[in-house]
Amino acid sequence: MYVAVKGGERAIENAHAWLAEERRGNKDIAELGIAQIREQLSLAVNRVMAEGSLYDPDLAALAIKQARGDLIEAIFLIRAYRTTLPRFGASEPVDTGAMACDRRISATFKDLPGGQVLGPTFDYTHRLLDFKLAADGEVPDAPARAAETGDVPHVTGFLNREGLIEEARHDDTPPRDLTREPLEMPADRPLRLQALTRADEGFTLGLAYSTQRGYGRNHAFVGELRIGAVPVEMDIPELGFAIEIGEVTLTECETVNQFTGSKTEPPQFTRGYGLVFGQTERKAISMALVDRALRWEELGEDNVGAPAQDAEFVLYHADNIQATGFLEHIKLPHYVDFQSELELVRKLRREAGVDQVQEAAE
Amino acid sequence: MKDTLQENNPRKAWMSLLAKAPEGRAATLLDGAITRPAFTWLRAPEIGSTMVRARAGATGAPFNLGEMTVTRCALTLDTGEVGHAYIQGRRKEDAETAALIDALMQTAMSQTMRTSVLEPLEAEMTTARAARAAKAAATKVDFFTMVRGED
Repeated sequence: MYVAVKGGERAIENAHAWLAEERRGNKDIAELGIAQIREQLSLAVNRVMAEGSLYDPDLAALAIKQARGDLIEAIFLIRAYRTTLPRFGASEPVDTGAMACDRRISATFKDLPGGQVLGPTFDYTHRLLDFKLAADGEVPDAPARAAETGDVPHVTGFLNREGLIEEARHDDTPPRDLTREPLEMPADRPLRLQALTRADEGFTLGLAYSTQRGYGRNHAFVGELRIGAVPVEMDIPELGFAIEIGEVTLTECETVNQFTGSKTEPPQFTRGYGLVFGQTERKAISMALVDRALRWEELGEDNVGAPAQDAEFVLYHADNIQATGFLEHIKLPHYVDFQSELELVRKLRREAGVDQVQEAAE
Repeated sequence: MKDTLQENNPRKAWMSLLAKAPEGRAATLLDGAITRPAFTWLRAPEIGSTMVRARAGATGAPFNLGEMTVTRCALTLDTGEVGHAYIQGRRKEDAETAALIDALMQTAMSQTMRTSVLEPLEAEMTTARAARAAKAAATKVDFFTMVRGED
């Protein structure tokens, strides 16, 4: 039964007015600009773009401001905006081999063509609060050094020459798109990668960690981690050729995983793949580990019943907007539902004779 | 994925350059060089998205990575040349500028456009890219082996 109830309008309006005031905070403190968020909270912006599944730093910064820094709320705003956009088409697959790398490291090879480039990383910082940042101060320019030109080849390419690692064979099958059709099982790898790249960072991290601790262990090394800009090229039908329509910064992680061989595959290193919008390396590494765990079936491995091997479990619970939507709806009015539950419990108690026992005791 | 046409398709090169130009920069260069000619919209600036694709394992099967915002438009000069623009972000004014330059590149103005807009733009973008690459290069690890004290 649905009963329309009115009367909340004024309370809701006033709640939203107060929300706006609280969002602004103390008016003696300067208001935060969108450009400040974009430039100075850029890793939050990157996470919102990645999980909001829309690359637009200004919009992500606006969403963070509007959401008072609640990143899942900001991601929700981006997802909602995204649905209003007409889609002009799909790009050619980006070439991460041609990336202008800000960072490029390998945990498996010390000396590799192109070198180990640390980039603007938190690694090797001491994780001590820096009170200098609490005071205003100029930041000196970072040192520069003549850069080598030329492509920075993927690490997996070196191993490939010896046949020691599985190949990612070229394929041009158009991928399924979970923004256009419901996510249905079985999900092939391209669909899983789409779901994982926009999945909640915390959930993905937790699952990846579980594989390291033994729930579907696949012994991953970070073969390569790279962060940088790649051009995006799209075919323009009215022109009859493709042009670059922009440039996106991506984080790519390729894991190299121990593999002793199976009924169908020879002993060789296998691979997990993570690719995420922005500088988002924790997420990209997590994605690669979970991608590898989900590949057990195609590699002929045993299903040991680990959560990270269960595609249905992983993919149906990884989206934080779906999850928060369903979770948070239970706080909204359920008066009628609850009324029927009350009736049911009263009836069961009558049938069980609970009330008579109490009356007798009184 | 490299298009073999790229080297012999100058229009592709300039459209790609304009799509990646910093906000407002092409407009400043254009307005510094000429008075904008009259034009008619074939398609007024429109904001939409493109699904960015990538490949599993960098070289394997394509998958959908996520969308990016794109602004596009098309216009025609009074002399008949048609200019198109597809540029990253939600930038209607920049799209208009890019389409106008695309159209002017097909006219007798092309050399002016090249020297006053495209070449400075490309030089600035190359400088910015090189500055970033130089900062990355400064964080490159130079491994050296310590002398072992085995005596």
